[in-house]
Amino acid sequence: MPFIPHTEADTDAMLDTIGVAGIDDLFEEIPGELRLGALEGIPGALTESEVGRLMRRRAARDEMALNFLGAGAYEHHIPAAVWELATRGEFYSAYTPYQAEASQGTLQVIYEYQTMMASLTGLDVSNASHYDGASALAEAVLMAVRCNRRSKSRRVLVPRALHPHYRAVLETITSTQGIDLVDLPYDPSGGQTDTGALGDHAGEDITAVVISQPNVFGVLEPVDEMTDWAADNGALAVGVVNPVALGLLKPPGEWGREGASIACGEGQPLGVPLSSGGPYFGFLTCRQALVRQLPGRLVGRTVDVDGKPGFTLTLQAREQHIRRSRATSNICTNQGLMVTAATIYMSLLGPEGLRRVAARCHARTAALAAGAQSVGGVSVAFASPRFHELALRLPAPAKEVLGRLRAQGILGGVDLGSWYPELGDAVLVCATETKTGQDIHRYVEALRGAIGGIGDGP
Amino acid sequence: MSEPLVFELGRSGRLAGAQVPEAGRAVDLPPDMLRDSRPQLPEVSELDAVRHYTRLSQRNFSIDTQFYPLGSCTMKYNPRGCNTYAMLPGFLQRHPLAPEDVSQGFLACMYELQRMLCRVTGMTAFSLTPMAGAQGELSGVAMIRAYHLDRGDTERTEILVPDAAHGTNPATAVKCGFTVRELPTAADGDLDFEALRRLAGPRTAGIMLTNPSTLGLFERRIREVQEIIHGAGGLLYYDGANLNAILGKVLPGDMGFDVIHINLHKTFSTPHGGGGPGSGAVGVGERLAPFLPTPFVGIGPDGYRWVDAADHPKSIGRLSAFMGNAGVLLRAYIYMRMLGRRGMERVADHAVLNANYVMVRLAAAGFDLAYPERRACHEFVVTLKRQAREYGLTAINLAKALLDREFHAPTTYFPLLVPECLLIEPTETESKETLDRFVDAMAEILAEAQVDPERCRQAPVKMPVRRLDEVRAARKPDLRYRP
Amino acid sequence: MSDIPENLKYTRDHEWIAETGDGTAAVGITDHAQEALGDLVFVELPEMHRDVETGDVCAVVESVKAASDVYSPVAGNISEVNLALDDSPELVNADPYGEGWLFRLTPASPADLEELLDAQAYQRVLAEMDE
Repeated sequence: MPFIPHTEADTDAMLDTIGVAGIDDLFEEIPGELRLGALEGIPGALTESEVGRLMRRRAARDEMALNFLGAGAYEHHIPAAVWELATRGEFYSAYTPYQAEASQGTLQVIYEYQTMMASLTGLDVSNASHYDGASALAEAVLMAVRCNRRSKSRRVLVPRALHPHYRAVLETITSTQGIDLVDLPYDPSGGQTDTGALGDHAGEDITAVVISQPNVFGVLEPVDEMTDWAADNGALAVGVVNPVALGLLKPPGEWGREGASIACGEGQPLGVPLSSGGPYFGFLTCRQALVRQLPGRLVGRTVDVDGKPGFTLTLQAREQHIRRSRATSNICTNQGLMVTAATIYMSLLGPEGLRRVAARCHARTAALAAGAQSVGGVSVAFASPRFHELALRLPAPAKEVLGRLRAQGILGGVDLGSWYPELGDAVLVCATETKTGQDIHRYVEALRGAIGGIGDGP
Repeated sequence: MSEPLVFELGRSGRLAGAQVPEAGRAVDLPPDMLRDSRPQLPEVSELDAVRHYTRLSQRNFSIDTQFYPLGSCTMKYNPRGCNTYAMLPGFLQRHPLAPEDVSQGFLACMYELQRMLCRVTGMTAFSLTPMAGAQGELSGVAMIRAYHLDRGDTERTEILVPDAAHGTNPATAVKCGFTVRELPTAADGDLDFEALRRLAGPRTAGIMLTNPSTLGLFERRIREVQEIIHGAGGLLYYDGANLNAILGKVLPGDMGFDVIHINLHKTFSTPHGGGGPGSGAVGVGERLAPFLPTPFVGIGPDGYRWVDAADHPKSIGRLSAFMGNAGVLLRAYIYMRMLGRRGMERVADHAVLNANYVMVRLAAAGFDLAYPERRACHEFVVTLKRQAREYGLTAINLAKALLDREFHAPTTYFPLLVPECLLIEPTETESKETLDRFVDAMAEILAEAQVDPERCRQAPVKMPVRRLDEVRAARKPDLRYRP
Repeated sequence: MSDIPENLKYTRDHEWIAETGDGTAAVGITDHAQEALGDLVFVELPEMHRDVETGDVCAVVESVKAASDVYSPVAGNISEVNLALDDSPELVNADPYGEGWLFRLTPASPADLEELLDAQAYQRVLAEMDE
């Protein structure tokens, strides 16, 4: 049997020690009418070689030559060392570091991670991570509601230009908590959040304002103005940021006069492969004063009985295994393995490397924008500064154009039609540092061909 | 030897050159949007980083290096093949928003995984999107809430949770807007039925149960629980944390459960990764199917397809930016295919065999069982109340003494209702020799504590650090390095 | 054996309360409670000027392994909190009836204090728990 080491002699000896005749006797406390005869509908076992053949065939079916999709998951170069190290058995198959003395490796990695993320976001404290960016935002909003005791409304302003999936997750997780999510529209020509609409809420009791940098269109938001508005109106500013962009962009802790109070986002760009959407990790950082309301695991540095430095999980009384129904969150897990990968990634890139990767992404997207606009009828939807993504308006049905690009092995963008019908035929495209000038040229020419082809009929 | 922090290894201006693009032209963004401060990231060479993180890995226990008899965690072997084939380039490079026509390989795996999970639980539909057990619980309880509200039944504000339950149960119920009513445990380890009958009523939205319970005991009167709860109009939630004990033996659906989450990182052996990622796939019977979280995989005329909110209007909604921890799900899928039907039936057999074997041997070695008259399922509880009182061998002292003998400690001080307890779960992938060595180590510690109680109070002495000052860590939290 | 001063009033949840002579009463946790919790690492204090009912949760005391709610022994209005505990929660361990007080309140009805346990009655509560 796979992965079960017992020989017949072992089993017999063990049954003998227990004092029963057969394994079945060990299940005697389960009422007979509940006992299953045999499992139905499960296929027979495959050897590793057989399952390998099956999986290789399936993986190969989904391979695409060239990917220009972003929208919350980004293709970056991942140094080979990152996953060579992260999948070492000592990281990969370790448990949560509750036994600190036997988990100093994982604990130190998390402490280093917390240091890096706090600094990258310009805030004081980072937790040990959450499931993904969207769920981290939900936790950040719940945290903001707990922290802002002056506000009684539980009303949170959420830009329409926040990734719609993030908005949906926020809705699912906060809907049972009596939290009122209020839309902030975006400017139809610039694509950034309409600060005029923000002004309409002046004088109201607003608990928190979500600020996405960049927003779903890749457009850079007026973060200073939005953060100051929040401060002036008694609301907490919650930043949702792309961590690679922070190699280049002003971090949430430095937005406006006082900075955002809480920052969160998707950690995937930091060394985690696209892998169909997960496992990724969400980061969550905050000001020191809010640390007791920060959900999730935290690692602290302390000393052992001999005075030697060491690391341990700390402030655990906030968590569900102690606080039970009064915990800051029901969440138990952090994405430890992904955090290990991200910490190694950030170590290999360093401040200069991360800045250069961010700058290269930005330059590639600028080249893509210029090229795409050379195609007749194609225009850039929003004329505002952007990071590494942009919305393109197409002169032909987006679905059809994308299908034609796909036939050439190119994932040519995310159709924005279902998320933002008001944009008409528009696609969201992304070029990271992994795209060469030649790749971009190939994309532009394929786009030209696809649009021309539709004009000419099938 | 301490390992320095990676920041302390760095030197200003040092770069892992092969990983970094050439410096490009100046960035054409408004200066007020750019960063002035330099983030505190290390400046190390690639070799520095590789050595540092390799050395850190060596300061960990792991399944690949040690036995983890860790109750309620099911720390079984994580087959390497699952990792290798989940990390094929076609899977790693697949973008989550890649259209269905170029995703049939991945979707086929997910669809088949959903079907297999239905088969091993007796549920009719599964969603794979919850990213950990607690999120599976959240979606399950949210579905119970949605179900009652959909029927116009707004009075059901309470969830019943046994006092032995994992802390995530009550925390989740509260997060879903419910009040928690705690159910006591009877002396024999089963639920207190008198209390259950008293608490179940028109305000009961549902009950959250783990069966076998966190005490390692099968709730024998589970059908009676079903009659009481369903009779009161509530629903039954199955916390699948202990599914390993009954895999292929009993279907939670047959026990009367309406909704279940499975910790794939336990029963289906995906790696714990030092604290995650996990996966908390959630399954439902007919009644709750309309509320299942999206997206999940269905079949259409053109092959496998995503079922999204638009096709599933009563769904409790989306829980993750994309579709959950896909890479974890692939590992679970591969594991299940390698086990096959017969292999799955053998999992519970040998998990329960191993647990009962260790239990009988530890009892013979002088340890007190919390429920000596009961059969263990895949785990069991030892109480050190007597040893703690007589010679200071508390659960924590024993745990630390085990570390010095190269065994990970069992779960300690959980469930909370048994004093000085150890929750021990060997899993089916451990051999008799390993179990024998573990029992011998436990017996040795017991003997040592009787003659030299101070020694186990001092343990561990062979780990990279000795016992840490947790009070200092919590009073003056040092959560980041400042040079 | 834990210390139970004669001049204080007690609750079954291990709070003590003492009239201060200026119309307010000081509240803390008993020596037994601090002993059971172990080294405190954090004390969450109530908001000033909050009205509380008997049995309301108005503070939380945390050790490394446990968090315990502190209930108001009587109804009243919070008039002062012990800010020294923000930096030095260990005062509760060192001097639970003195420098480790948690908050003061103005009782809605000073007679309510008379309803609480005296030292002998609290001693009996602890003895029952031991059995």
